[in-house]
Amino acid sequence: MRVVVDLSACDLHGLCVEAAPDVFEIGDDGVLHVLIETPAEGLRANVERAVRECPTGAISLEE
Amino acid sequence: MLRRIVVVGASLAGLRATETLRARGFDGELTLIGDEPHRPYDRPPLSKQVLQGTWEPEQTMFRRKDGYDALALDMRLGVRATSVDLRARRVILADGTFADYDRLIVATGARARSLSGMAPRAGLLALRGLDDAIALRRELMNVSHVAIVGAGFIGLEVAASCRARGLHVTVIESLPVPLSPALGTTLCEMVAALHRDHGVDLRTGVSVADVSGESRVASVVLSDGSRIDADVVVVGIGVTPNTEWLEGSGLTLDNGIVCNDCGEAAPGVYAAGDVARVANRWHGDSPRIEHWTNAVEQGVHAAENSLAGPASSTSFSSVPYFWSDQYDRKIQFVGRARPHDEMVIVDGSLADRRLTALYRCGNRVVACLAVNQPRALIKYKKLIADCAPWAAALTATAAS
Repeated sequence: MRVVVDLSACDLHGLCVEAAPDVFEIGDDGVLHVLIETPAEGLRANVERAVRECPTGAISLEE
Repeated sequence: MLRRIVVVGASLAGLRATETLRARGFDGELTLIGDEPHRPYDRPPLSKQVLQGTWEPEQTMFRRKDGYDALALDMRLGVRATSVDLRARRVILADGTFADYDRLIVATGARARSLSGMAPRAGLLALRGLDDAIALRRELMNVSHVAIVGAGFIGLEVAASCRARGLHVTVIESLPVPLSPALGTTLCEMVAALHRDHGVDLRTGVSVADVSGESRVASVVLSDGSRIDADVVVVGIGVTPNTEWLEGSGLTLDNGIVCNDCGEAAPGVYAAGDVARVANRWHGDSPRIEHWTNAVEQGVHAAENSLAGPASSTSFSSVPYFWSDQYDRKIQFVGRARPHDEMVIVDGSLADRRLTALYRCGNRVVACLAVNQPRALIKYKKLIADCAPWAAALTATAAS
């Protein structure tokens, strides 16, 4: 599983950071960072939650 | 053994419910019923990108047409559910057809309230659905003066979009400040100033006495006797939950569908989104919530519990979150504030219109409002979710 973020769509709601703090972070630069691009299967539930809760649909998963 | 699940309401909550059912392995018949002809679409862009003309309506669709193949839905769009027979487990539709279910998820949402006593006529509009947005955008292409009734989030977002189009905008609000007094008067006044600086004529503390114009609106007469010329009047005074079709069904209806903490309204029947009043373990009440994230969370929750059954259902626990984009400001709010809660600005300033404010109830931090400070919100949301002491929130502030 690979996490793909469309930064042009990201609106910094931060719901992904809450859902999967190991994977997403808003940096000091005010930009969303993907900390782990290919998370382990154990993080799948959190990452899927981040995908479905993103208000701008900016996150997608590639298998 | 669950064979058939019916979801009534084809917007965000209903869509997320169907997606969750399939993701959790439900492979039986799944029916999605919606009274609009459109595939499920996203509402937040309607008052912004669509009205401003930067997005075409098609861009609000959650999935492309072929994106539904994987969900294998019996999607019935453009047809309204008219009643439900709980005993027979059957939803009856306006076209005379029906849909039988083992589990039912109701996500019929809400509709815009209209001004009482005002006859419908050309130029008098509300903004709730995609067709409303298309109609309003068409109107805005040919007018110069727009009056907006109601300075809630929708009214103010429409105001900002109309200003972006260079239109004259008057906003009429019966309360002394825009938005909600529960957010704190000083913050509401800051938002009022934001709009005035962008050229909006914001009239607070006055109500609409009349909308004049025979076949088409011409002006709005206010309770103080003043008259505002308007080519278009947009009414944004809240919504009414769509529950009439359930009257007499046996479900408990009281400003929405009353549910337990599992989102269940009756055995095998769940509700989610704007129409639902689900008991929320986080604060112990069951309010009706009209936020985007609430529709997602309750749609998912209803789907999971409908598969789990009563013995294995989970309680709903969620910290409400909403946002609003107006001009170059993003207002984010998390938690729950009530009119008597104390509000303290812990970072930034009113003058910069970039700030973080915390709300205190007793010795707890209960809410956070951030204007153009998205990181702060994430930090405080966790404390609010944990019902942290006020002192812990101030410590977090000092640490940042």
